[in-house]
Amino acid sequence: MSGFTSPVLIYSLVAPILIVLGGAVIGVLVEAFASRKIRPILQLSLTVGTLVLALAQLWRVRHETSGGAAMGSVAIDGAGILMQAAILFMAILGVFLIADQENFTVLAAAVPGSDEEAHSIKSGEQLTEIYPLTLFAVAGMMLFPISTDLITLFVALEMLSLPLYLMAGLSRRRRLMSQEAALKYFLLGAFSSAFFLFGAAYLYGFSGTVSLSGIGAAVSASTGNTVFMLIGIAFLSVGLLFKVGAVPFHAWTPDVYQGAPTPVTAFMAAATKVAAFGALLRIFYVGFANAYWDWRPFITVIAIITMLFGSFVAIAQRDIKRMLAYSSIAHAGFLLSGVLALNKAGLDASIFYLIAYGVATLGAFGVVTLVRDSAGEVTDLNRWAGLGKRSPFVATVFATFLLGFAGIPLTSGFIGKFSIFSAAYESGNKAVVIVGVLSSAIAAYFYIRVIVLMFFTDPVEDGTSVIIPSVLTRISIVTAFALTIFLGVFPTPLLNFISSTAILLR
Amino acid sequence: MTSNYLVYLIALPLFGSALLLFAGRKADKWGHLLGTAMSGGAFIIGLYEFSQMLGRSTDQRAVTQKLFSWISVGSFQVDAGLMLDQLSICFVLLITGVGTLIHIYSIAYMSHDLDRRRFFAYLNLFIAAMLLLVLGDSYLNLYVGWEGVGLASYLLIGFWNQKPTYATAAKKAFVANRVGDMGLSLAIMISFATLGTVSFSGVKEHASQASTGALTAIGIMLLVAATGKSAQFPLQAWLGDAMAGPTPVSALIHAATMVTAGVYLITRSNFIFDAAPTAQLCVAIIGAITLLFGAIIGTAKDDIKKALAASTMSQIGYMVLGAGLGPAGYAFAIMHLLTHGFFKAGMFLGAGSVMHGMDDEVNMRRYGGLSKFMPITFATFGLGYLAIIGVPPFAGFYSKDKIIEVAFNAGGIKGITLGCAALLGAAITAFYMTRVVILTFAGSKRWNEKAHPHESPALMWIPMALLAVGSVASGFIFTHGNSLKNWLAPVVEQSPAHEGELLKPAVVSVLALVLVLLGVGLAVVKYMRKEIPLVAPTDVSIFTRVARRDLLQDDFNEAVFMKTGQKITSALLVTDKSIIDGAVRGVAKLVRGSGSALRTTQTGFVRSYAMWILIGAIGLVAAIWVVTL
Repeated sequence: MSGFTSPVLIYSLVAPILIVLGGAVIGVLVEAFASRKIRPILQLSLTVGTLVLALAQLWRVRHETSGGAAMGSVAIDGAGILMQAAILFMAILGVFLIADQENFTVLAAAVPGSDEEAHSIKSGEQLTEIYPLTLFAVAGMMLFPISTDLITLFVALEMLSLPLYLMAGLSRRRRLMSQEAALKYFLLGAFSSAFFLFGAAYLYGFSGTVSLSGIGAAVSASTGNTVFMLIGIAFLSVGLLFKVGAVPFHAWTPDVYQGAPTPVTAFMAAATKVAAFGALLRIFYVGFANAYWDWRPFITVIAIITMLFGSFVAIAQRDIKRMLAYSSIAHAGFLLSGVLALNKAGLDASIFYLIAYGVATLGAFGVVTLVRDSAGEVTDLNRWAGLGKRSPFVATVFATFLLGFAGIPLTSGFIGKFSIFSAAYESGNKAVVIVGVLSSAIAAYFYIRVIVLMFFTDPVEDGTSVIIPSVLTRISIVTAFALTIFLGVFPTPLLNFISSTAILLR
Repeated sequence: MTSNYLVYLIALPLFGSALLLFAGRKADKWGHLLGTAMSGGAFIIGLYEFSQMLGRSTDQRAVTQKLFSWISVGSFQVDAGLMLDQLSICFVLLITGVGTLIHIYSIAYMSHDLDRRRFFAYLNLFIAAMLLLVLGDSYLNLYVGWEGVGLASYLLIGFWNQKPTYATAAKKAFVANRVGDMGLSLAIMISFATLGTVSFSGVKEHASQASTGALTAIGIMLLVAATGKSAQFPLQAWLGDAMAGPTPVSALIHAATMVTAGVYLITRSNFIFDAAPTAQLCVAIIGAITLLFGAIIGTAKDDIKKALAASTMSQIGYMVLGAGLGPAGYAFAIMHLLTHGFFKAGMFLGAGSVMHGMDDEVNMRRYGGLSKFMPITFATFGLGYLAIIGVPPFAGFYSKDKIIEVAFNAGGIKGITLGCAALLGAAITAFYMTRVVILTFAGSKRWNEKAHPHESPALMWIPMALLAVGSVASGFIFTHGNSLKNWLAPVVEQSPAHEGELLKPAVVSVLALVLVLLGVGLAVVKYMRKEIPLVAPTDVSIFTRVARRDLLQDDFNEAVFMKTGQKITSALLVTDKSIIDGAVRGVAKLVRGSGSALRTTQTGFVRSYAMWILIGAIGLVAAIWVVTL
């Protein structure tokens, strides 16, 4: 037996993640022991407090750069801290939406339609396991973009995915659909995780190491079996591309977005994208940079079909949540062009885009939770007709998010698209830019169609109405709205901040 | 030099406007007071800056304030910055000073209006936008203010938009202004394309390197902008209809300040026009045409506000003419602008006061003999009248005579033509203004039954009286020791020494006075001696008829632009429907079709999704294999 060296952790640097995990564990205890009356408020304040505390700790270490925070398994660097902060910020906004317990099933373990369910609804025993689940997922998401070896990456991937599978199944209304979505998400997630592991094994076989920098060194030295390397890159990409929802690994997205409770969809769509793209950027920028000419062709093709597929199919959607799901697929394609750029501008632009897109997505799904009839949320697009006449403010806010998605100037989306496409153009990848701009034009069609529907179509009287949102929901939506406009009008502070901060430790 | 207070000039009224608009009905009780206070506060800051400026040496007087970096795209850098120099301080004091007086006047004038708060919100918005216009340190910043005053003007013309004609008037002003605004945006674009900058200092610095052609293009485009905003030929048609707005608006926006923005723009851009003689000549010609055009329309109007509007158009024509005469004329254009700000605003407020007493009647044929009933209004209006027709020692005498003189001295046929036009304009001005005064204040009573003329409350006559003081004294103050000319000298190029004067100043003054007296006399003979019919006689000469129809400006626009426009639109519509729509629909159908077709891949079965993932993964490996083969 060789000597055992005890692992050295620099606690202050990994503290943000540890704080979130600690909060989650306490949340489990609260769920088990706190009385029913105070549980919701206790859980909510615990969760928000934990997230804020983690954000504060992140702020304290914002200037640190270290590769050895956890025995070389994670890298603390500017880009990582930025993405962790973005995830925490979106998680806070997401938790504000989740706080509206109206959306969640009372007793997730009960079989839909069973006596047990009816009984628990009657007695009003609302369970609040969603909060610790959210925190676990957030911890995984925070770990994902800073992981620097394949094992930690995989652990983080599972850590963020497993709670999300459960959360997707917690919808109060249309429970069967929600559970179906959760199961689909789980099965397909497991399938793609297998690909990820398979790819990791090949990469280990190629380089003899699991660390990204080691793989990067092996790639540039081109020692070892390059077939192993290429298969490794391809399969590892499948696992990651699944998480970001790139075609043809996207198929879960619409079903899960539609089936999951809308606040969960909001959180998932925004924060998971940041985490997954964070990891993707690190892997490709640090690990595979020297194999650029090997992976560039197929990632280009995937980016192109993802943009086109998302935009085309979104047009045919009749359900607002499915439409937003396809829009998120299209945006995954736009973001891939930032990965493809493989330059500093691409990294900066991707981070800006992720923030802009995530914030607008949270806001948009937040608005979706407000439009209801007696049976719950109304997601049929035709019934959104005339919303602008009934609730001009809510409709204006939603229209702003849509304009942001479409990339209309004076919204954050425009700056995001502009910077990401110019970074891709700089790198010489004209095909991606041309297709990107074209599919943006196609995508604008279905965003604007919703605006036309809301403002220029007469309302149908079918009981659809906009509920008065709770204070927290309101904060969440208004913050997202304000940021979408602010980042569109004054993008310079954030752009400068990102470009001066975002570095990837190699 | 920098100053930290410039931004508050704009921020105060902007804050007032936002607060009044967002507070809603809650602010009805105190909204007008807040609005007035904000405008007054801006005036005080303006006075402070002015006193500071006076204390500094000539080359240190201009101050700047950088707010934030506004646009930073590649080589295109624009800071949102403010600049207060000798030229803009004149405007700042005029806008906030006259603006505050008109705010005070409006408290009483609009007291019966349910929407008085909204009115003050728009007035404050206007003040803020106009201050931004004159304080911006680049063409782009100016453009923001330029659009802002256009918006405020639109909102205020259509303030009583329950009357469709008023709403139409607002729309007409808006459309005419858009044409001009296009000129401004083109000028900015050409400036950036050729000079690489849009800031005043940058353009001034680089102007010498640009070709005359480019500078002429910029100049012409700036002129187009000026004609739109300042109601100059050929974009003048909107101003008469703009009188649909409440009278204080007509006084502030459509007489004293906004409509003079074009003169500001041309004077500010003196470095462009001085280097582009063709553009400069165009400016002078446009000014001369408009000053006659407006004067002729003024002779035929029975509506007191429209007569004053025509007069405004004509007086701005003088200013544009002055500005078009180059270094010799800039200072006098600005001087006339300032004196006009006093006397025309005063007369408009007088007209408002008359309307106030006459049950909102605007037809002068329904007035008559009001001098006894409204002595203060008569006195203040009368002083404004003496100023505008140019009787010494009132303000207009100094400023207008100077422009006429400079025009004559411009040299050659150009000088004689422009000078004669300006002289003729002075005579016609005397005629139509005398007509207005006689019809309103002299002669027999021709009132409606509902009219019960009375003097207006103090809140209304005090602003009028203060403006009247300006009408009397401002001209003397500005010319005394060439004060205004020397003051503006660092901003606009100094005129070269007088060489080859065609006419001595004294000769011009005498000539002008004689013509003015002729005009006054003719009006007295025509309107004092005879009974004024209540309805405008129809058996009049073709000239009168044409003048009554605003020299056919609307007929011309309708026949040339509207009809052709409609024809082009309908032709385009057919093309659009058959060819373009066909193509678009085809593409859309294709897109939607492929969307629906692709949608069928979404079967809902996990097994088929998993199959896609598998196919994708195998495809990736295959692709890599093919690429690296």
